[in-house]
Amino acid sequence: MVEHTVKAFDEDITRLRGLIAEMGGLAEVAIQQALQALVNGDETLAAEVVERDAKLDALETEVDAMAVRVLALRAPMADDLREIVAALKIGGVVERIGDYAKNIAKRVGRIEGRTKFEPLTLLPAMGEVAAEMVHDVLTAYAARDPVMAREVIQRDDKVDAFYDSIFRNLVSHMVENPATISSAAQLLFIARNLERIGDHATNVAEMVHYSATGSYPDDIER
Amino acid sequence: MAEIADSPLANQAKKSLEHENIETGEPKMRARDVDVYYGQKKAIDSVDIDVYTEFVTAFIGPSGCGKSTFLRALNRMNDTIPSARVTGTIELDGEDIYASGMDVVQLRARVGMVFQKPNPFPKSIYDNIAYGPKIHGLAEAKPDLDNIVEKSLRRAGLWEEVKDRLADSGTALSGGQQQRLCIARAIAVDPEVILMDEPCSALDPIATAKIEELIDELRGRYGIVIVTHSMQQAARVSQRTAFFHLGNLVEYGHTSDIFTNPVEKRTQDYITGRYG
Repeated sequence: MVEHTVKAFDEDITRLRGLIAEMGGLAEVAIQQALQALVNGDETLAAEVVERDAKLDALETEVDAMAVRVLALRAPMADDLREIVAALKIGGVVERIGDYAKNIAKRVGRIEGRTKFEPLTLLPAMGEVAAEMVHDVLTAYAARDPVMAREVIQRDDKVDAFYDSIFRNLVSHMVENPATISSAAQLLFIARNLERIGDHATNVAEMVHYSATGSYPDDIER
Repeated sequence: MAEIADSPLANQAKKSLEHENIETGEPKMRARDVDVYYGQKKAIDSVDIDVYTEFVTAFIGPSGCGKSTFLRALNRMNDTIPSARVTGTIELDGEDIYASGMDVVQLRARVGMVFQKPNPFPKSIYDNIAYGPKIHGLAEAKPDLDNIVEKSLRRAGLWEEVKDRLADSGTALSGGQQQRLCIARAIAVDPEVILMDEPCSALDPIATAKIEELIDELRGRYGIVIVTHSMQQAARVSQRTAFFHLGNLVEYGHTSDIFTNPVEKRTQDYITGRYG
């Protein structure tokens, strides 16, 4: 991309993109570790995930401040304007993804009799797909690649399918074992959180597409 | 019109251009294949553009791109420059303004102009406005003239500020007031189109905001074309934007499209500050 006549403008944008990339990295690790903590019943790791979410919140605040500064000082136009608007929205969405990971981690200690649940094997697989979506959409962001963004959006169906399957599985489990309803409900919420992460990765992909091309991916249901 | 390539984005732009024709009907002014020369030098190369009363049209582009030259071709202001020559056709309501029978004085009343630096006559505020209607025979008697002066000053948003001192010299007003006086003066002869060549570049932000507000109020009544170096101003006041570069009209379209998603790379580079 051709540089701006005002070099500091490029530096601002680079810094903003760096912050988003850092947020994405943290969110991805949070999802992976929350699931790892869930599978192993590792409450120490879960507590770490919860604690580290504050860093994501702080970065989001920094993204907001930076974006507002650029809007005020540089009055960006065209692709620059889309870049800043996308950064603002992506920052908010990635922070939210972090919140879902934190929410999963918080539930780790509340599940009893973990070996009895079949979904405990499905959840990590679902989480892997969701975490990959987050990883790849941030790669698409870094590369300003609308094709890759579109590809991420298509993967959301897979996450939804996992959710449906886990949902049915847990409901029948609750019917058969009323004593475990409390733990099963926790797992249901975790599945729900992962499903939301997929949706949010999709939102990020739409913003990446918008930033790169000026239009939303039109063949995708919004 | 700028050549449109066959990409999805270009198709989108094409669609919006078609849409534009449907929503607007007949343009007020229509320029086709217009070249402007200064001696041997071609300053404007084959420009096609339509100006509508419903929309403010902004001309943007770097210094020397030809936007002011083209603006001045719209009311034959270039006639005053001996070496300037205009070819192609420019029509006002379907009438060729460069036809031999065209009365240039009459044309400049129909297509008025406001300049970068406010240029009131060294006369009273009243006479600044009354001069045009008088020589164009728009007012028979003093009450008619009084009426035109008040109406013009009201439309230019200046009446309340000057109504008690109409006999004062126009040059005694502040810069922003002088510019609104010049706009009132252009309005007084009941024009159809008003051309503005960087009307705010000598004004402070408050006076600028007043002019911009005025432009918005005048839209619909007059066709307005504004040349500006301020991208934000073009984005704020216009509904259509034309980007000129090296004498070519590179891109013309809805202002919101030009500033959020221009089709041409040259437009993009210019408006985002990557030019040159």
